[in-house]
Amino acid sequence: MEKRFMKGNEAIAEAAVMAGCRYFYGYPITPQNEIPEYFSWRLPEVGGIFIQAESEIGAINMCYGTSGSGARVMTSSSGPGLSLKAEGISYMAGANLPVVIVNIMRAGPGLGSIQPSQSDYLQATKGGGHGDYNCLVYAPTGVQSAVDLVQLAFDKADEYRMPAIILGDGVIGQMMEPVVIQEKKPIKVDKSWATVGWKDKNRPRAVINSLSLVPSELEEWNLNLQAKYKKIKESEVLYETYNMEDSDILVVAYGSTSRTIRSAIDENELKGHKIGLFTPISLWPYPEKELKEATKGKKCVLVVEMSAGQMLQDVKLAVGDTAPVHFYGRMGGIIPTAEEIFAQILKLGEVL
Amino acid sequence: MSETLVFKRPDMLRNVGFHYCPGCTHGIIHRLIAECIEELGLSDKTIGVAPVGCSVLAYDYFNCDMQEAAHGRAPAVATGIKRVHEDACVFTYQGDGDLASIGTAEIIHAAARSENISVFFVNNAIYGMTGGQMAPTTLVGQKATTSPHGRNQKYAGMPIRMSEVMAAIEGAYYIERVMVVDVKSINNAKKAIKKSLQYQMEGKGFSMVEILSTCPTGWGMTPLDAVEWLKKDMVDYYPLGLIKEGN
Repeated sequence: MEKRFMKGNEAIAEAAVMAGCRYFYGYPITPQNEIPEYFSWRLPEVGGIFIQAESEIGAINMCYGTSGSGARVMTSSSGPGLSLKAEGISYMAGANLPVVIVNIMRAGPGLGSIQPSQSDYLQATKGGGHGDYNCLVYAPTGVQSAVDLVQLAFDKADEYRMPAIILGDGVIGQMMEPVVIQEKKPIKVDKSWATVGWKDKNRPRAVINSLSLVPSELEEWNLNLQAKYKKIKESEVLYETYNMEDSDILVVAYGSTSRTIRSAIDENELKGHKIGLFTPISLWPYPEKELKEATKGKKCVLVVEMSAGQMLQDVKLAVGDTAPVHFYGRMGGIIPTAEEIFAQILKLGEVL
Repeated sequence: MSETLVFKRPDMLRNVGFHYCPGCTHGIIHRLIAECIEELGLSDKTIGVAPVGCSVLAYDYFNCDMQEAAHGRAPAVATGIKRVHEDACVFTYQGDGDLASIGTAEIIHAAARSENISVFFVNNAIYGMTGGQMAPTTLVGQKATTSPHGRNQKYAGMPIRMSEVMAAIEGAYYIERVMVVDVKSINNAKKAIKKSLQYQMEGKGFSMVEILSTCPTGWGMTPLDAVEWLKKDMVDYYPLGLIKEGN
């Protein structure tokens, strides 16, 4: 297969096209603008539709209509735009609609900055909108990883009929790497629930909806959602490990931060200690059991994030009292360097 | 003696009782839309979008594939449907809180893109479902639960005339305001609804029919007084008739 040198954002868009996505609706916001820009010329080439929506709210609701009509659809944005999409994401989760949503995270809160960040972790993994729901959340560690996860996200969103979020950051979106993007045929799923016009009277009338005014019926609806989430927690966990053998210090990080830590491990040597790396790829479902297992026999755990410590909460829940958990985070769009992360590990090594 | 059936429920309406209050004209409007879709032979290629508001359960009444949109977002949802099913007949059914307040961005930009859809905008000058709060279309002096002394222009501004706003948008092809209070006005409304659907099937682009509607419960009037108030006070501020045709 041909390797191409591509920017993360553009590779994400091409991966979607090669996964059969023919509809994209979005609104400009830095640092993800290359995604809508790419779709705007690429989709017409393959008979698809690109609309620059009036707002992120407009875009996610166009996704609702298109997904409800049975087609693969994507939208993308960054932090503030995801806050606006939260309403629509909740409705899509409630109405069992598949969609792939890309968040190329920038620093917040508020208008924040356009620089990379990982401060939308809680928003993505704990809901973000109203009601009891979850989205599949995948965190790419590089451009190839982003391509693979986008294509996986379309299949999983279709399989489970729910929104899937690609939680990237400004580093993933803006950096260029060699990638292979293959055509991926969509998995076969039943979409007889989609609104296409009621010609086929052998199927029930299609109604895309999340309203249910009878409490017992709405509880039943919720229980069905929770049953789906339970199944996903059991079967859709993804993670990577690096340098685990004989390691006594375990670093936990996701996304571009995980890549920096690999460099920190490769470029340094810590006398008397070995550093392992655990990288969650699915942030929801979170690899709880796998992380707990990985921390067994470790002297300590260090969580590194470009946030005030959002994934840290999940790590603490997973690890429990298996090992002490430490944290190092940078905010405001500052990307921690391999050297400064190693300095943190060094400090931990000294007290062990 | 043989019986001849002269009047029946259109097949496009499901055999379900409406939940609407006595004297409310949503039921008439539902029926007119259903009749028009049926008469144009569009029943099995129609996809409707229901709003949030009194007509939130519209998906229970129209006998076609339906999507329930978030408050105000029906035109964006309809856009997403129509771009997939270009040959389908796609309509939204929206109230004045939905279309003229929280959903102004969506309706204006659907028209600006000249989305080839039909919008049925029911203006009853009040938030009915939530219990009678002031709407963007509530008349000056009209009492509502959030304007207990009557809408005060000084603090709440003037009601918005959406049809005139929409007519100013290049992409809007057909805009008409009607009411449904007597035989003559009901027949006129039906003509406008049908025209809107026909224009969509001809690919003319965006159209909107604003239908002035009564809300005796929200207005605190008897159904008959509500009709009189609509004919006089509402029509005075929201003049009936064709507002735009062609672009």
